[in-house]
Amino acid sequence: MAQVTQAPPELAPSPDLARKPRFRARSDSPYWVLLYAVGAIFGLLIVGFLLSVISESWPAWQKYGLSILYGTTWNQSTGQFGAVPLIIGTIETTAIALFLAVPIGIGTALAIVHVLPARLRTVTSSVVELLAAVPSVVYGLWGFLVLGPWFATTVEPKIQSFWHGNFPFQGQVETSSLLLAGCVLFVMILPLVVALSRDAIMTVPDETIEGALSVGATRWQVFRKVVLPSARVGIVGAVTLATARALGETVAVAMVIGLNPNIAHSLYAPSATIASIIATEFQDSTPNEVAALCALAVILMAMTLVVNLLGRWLINRGAVKATP
Amino acid sequence: MTDVLEQLPKDPILERRELVKAVSARTLRRRSLTSKGMVGLCALAFVLALVPLVAILYSLVSKGLHWWSREFFTTSPAVPSIGNPNNVGGFANAIVGTLVIIGLATLLAIPVGLLAGLLVAESDSRFARMLRSTAEIMTGLPSILLGIFAYTVLVIGGEKWGITFPTIGYSGIAGAFAIGVLMVPIIMKASEASLRSVPQVVKEAGLALGARRSVVARRIIVPTALPGLITSVLLAVSRGVGETAPLIWVVGASIYNPLTWNPHHPMSAIPMMIWLNYNSPYPGFQDSAWGIALFLVVVVLFLNLGCRLLAAFIQRERR
Amino acid sequence: MSETISTAAPESVAAAEDFRPLPKAMRLQDVAVSFSGKQAVRDVTFDVPEKRVTSLIGPSGSGKTTLLRALNRLHDLTKGATVEGTLLLGETDIYKGGIPPTLLRTRVGMVFQRPNPFPTMSIYDNVVSGLRFNGIRKRAVLQEAAESALLGAALWDRVKDRLKAHASTLSGGEQQRLCIARALAVEPEVLLMDEPTSALDPISTKRIEELIGELKDRVTIVIVTHNMQQAARVSDQCAFLLMGEDGAGHQVEVAATQKLFSEPDDPRTLDYIHGRFG
Repeated sequence: MAQVTQAPPELAPSPDLARKPRFRARSDSPYWVLLYAVGAIFGLLIVGFLLSVISESWPAWQKYGLSILYGTTWNQSTGQFGAVPLIIGTIETTAIALFLAVPIGIGTALAIVHVLPARLRTVTSSVVELLAAVPSVVYGLWGFLVLGPWFATTVEPKIQSFWHGNFPFQGQVETSSLLLAGCVLFVMILPLVVALSRDAIMTVPDETIEGALSVGATRWQVFRKVVLPSARVGIVGAVTLATARALGETVAVAMVIGLNPNIAHSLYAPSATIASIIATEFQDSTPNEVAALCALAVILMAMTLVVNLLGRWLINRGAVKATP
Repeated sequence: MTDVLEQLPKDPILERRELVKAVSARTLRRRSLTSKGMVGLCALAFVLALVPLVAILYSLVSKGLHWWSREFFTTSPAVPSIGNPNNVGGFANAIVGTLVIIGLATLLAIPVGLLAGLLVAESDSRFARMLRSTAEIMTGLPSILLGIFAYTVLVIGGEKWGITFPTIGYSGIAGAFAIGVLMVPIIMKASEASLRSVPQVVKEAGLALGARRSVVARRIIVPTALPGLITSVLLAVSRGVGETAPLIWVVGASIYNPLTWNPHHPMSAIPMMIWLNYNSPYPGFQDSAWGIALFLVVVVLFLNLGCRLLAAFIQRERR
Repeated sequence: MSETISTAAPESVAAAEDFRPLPKAMRLQDVAVSFSGKQAVRDVTFDVPEKRVTSLIGPSGSGKTTLLRALNRLHDLTKGATVEGTLLLGETDIYKGGIPPTLLRTRVGMVFQRPNPFPTMSIYDNVVSGLRFNGIRKRAVLQEAAESALLGAALWDRVKDRLKAHASTLSGGEQQRLCIARALAVEPEVLLMDEPTSALDPISTKRIEELIGELKDRVTIVIVTHNMQQAARVSDQCAFLLMGEDGAGHQVEVAATQKLFSEPDDPRTLDYIHGRFG
């Protein structure tokens, strides 16, 4: 059998070349080492972040234990650190904000994509996104100095008389209130809901919409039965992100909520959220009190993570259902 | 003949056709009105979404513009006297503070953010995917928590978990660290997106020529994605400039912080100044907060607009 | 009476069918469609005989689809679109006769080029969606209609045991038949089909062409196709459109399919049939 593959002697590679592989490229590993190192640095930052919040709160957990989670009085001066009123306040402001932002946000997104002229779409989207660019503290300033007084003098008394002074619109009208904080929060998360819902709604192909129209659906029927269900996954994502954002919003809420760490008995009463207390009670805090605030931070982190995970689960479930 | 016709079974299809015609005509009015109403509500929602924006801008301009003067931007706050309640000086110390803090934060965030972005764009390993999810979650976390992080490792510092952290105390460095960590996931996500948007054919052309991945990245991917990368940094900066919460715990700010370029010292920042002014008992300060807020919004909108124009520029170039 | 019930089978009748005595499902006269002032299709005049298949043929750009979409007022959605001329459904002018577009579209249904079932709905819900949109809720009615429509689309046997499954579990050809069933469920008088097989494989195409032959007893069909052979196979009457020098499509000739493909009046038609352009 002829050894066809053997090179004739004069063409054989010279000895020293034979020791090294002929076309070995210069190593690319420094590149990857650098990238992974930076990735590791980022990872370390995250780990450090989590550790620091948890470890700073440790003394508080040791001292007060789980009473932080079920205690109903939060009073820094008397050393009582029950977070329940703050947790409730956080949930309440977020709920008010979502109650307003979800329908108005989805409606706005539908308007931008399907009601207003298509050539205006970039303009209309940009304008709503400008709302997102306004810093939190400016919202707080406006909320406190402009919206608040308007609410206190005009809006809230009107609603109160319309509601005959019943719950939840009863009581003394104050300049800082739960309702005001909820409304400021609503304005802040609105652009997020609009932008993400708009993206989701735009993924519904025109053909699907034409298919609905050509069996005699009205525009609203198309929106309700075809567009929104198809965009459901994206909209759930939008609402999840908006909720997480609302839970953690600190400065704007702190400026308009009145910082009263008690469960508000009415929408018109002042209240407090976890984030606003963490921000405002830090000044002149003893290390013990700082630890308690860090405990609050842990609770807030947990709440945000739960919302994120819930959102992911809902999205996965929605995606799975559509393609069995 | 008609008897025979009547005995023929009625065609269900024709019957259904008549039924559909009848019912659809009957329900038309209700459906049509509902549709018009709901579509109108959607348009109304859009208008409602614009109202706060217009209101805020109006307030900012009407209440803040008259504060703008050379003095306002170049001098530091002063204690107002009884006779001159509006003579509060300016907020130059905060401007400098923002420049220092954001400058340092950007210096920290750009390399980490861009390189990490490159990593998740180039690699699909488990680590990279974990990093991406973490960045995703980080952007949703309340920013005040980052203040606690900076407080723990830089303001107090000391021995923790086997490492000795420097105790810098309330300082611009701590603030820069907090905001830098805030900016990293933003830069990472946005730069990953623009790196990934480099067309596959361009990358493959480089690889087919025998270049190794690092060269392809350096010479092809990054330059092509450069406008997008710049956008990602601008986005992060515009976010960082407006942040107050992470700074509250760490910069030791008060209205009267002296103007300093030294990041080891406590310093103020523009959004911080608004917050402090709001808290101040002097109405003059509360009022001047509008002037500061207007400036802040102008800066942020300017940065955002820059992003948008760059993004539009990219779109046009791609065509 | 027997002459009016003749079919389009090419081997049966030597002379092409005469559509004149047949009732007309739709009538078009001097129809033109413009977008923002620029004409896309003009000078269209022909009748659509009832319970027959009329095809619109011609090279790309000749305005076939634009014309088709004018028949169920889909251009209402496009800003700047205007439709001129007279389009009659029965005795009613579609545009000026006061019939609301939503009602019109239950009487003139449409099947699109790419199958477009509603992605979040089951097969059953897809089929009855039109009925539900129009206000029909009674379950018995819906179920009967679904069965009838799916039988008409030759899909019933395939899906009767899994009506609750999602539409995405069907193949492309099946999804298109689902869309046909969805259109049939509201019992339209006319069914418009916009290149319904161009996105499908040859076997599904054949099945749907057979279906069209069966369906014309139930609904009048107007089909746009860029495939001449398909037009020759399925249609009774053919309208040939061509893009003119002004960039607008216009009608060149309308005749019984037999005649158009063997002895057309217009030389341009002859050129097209012999594959000289398009």
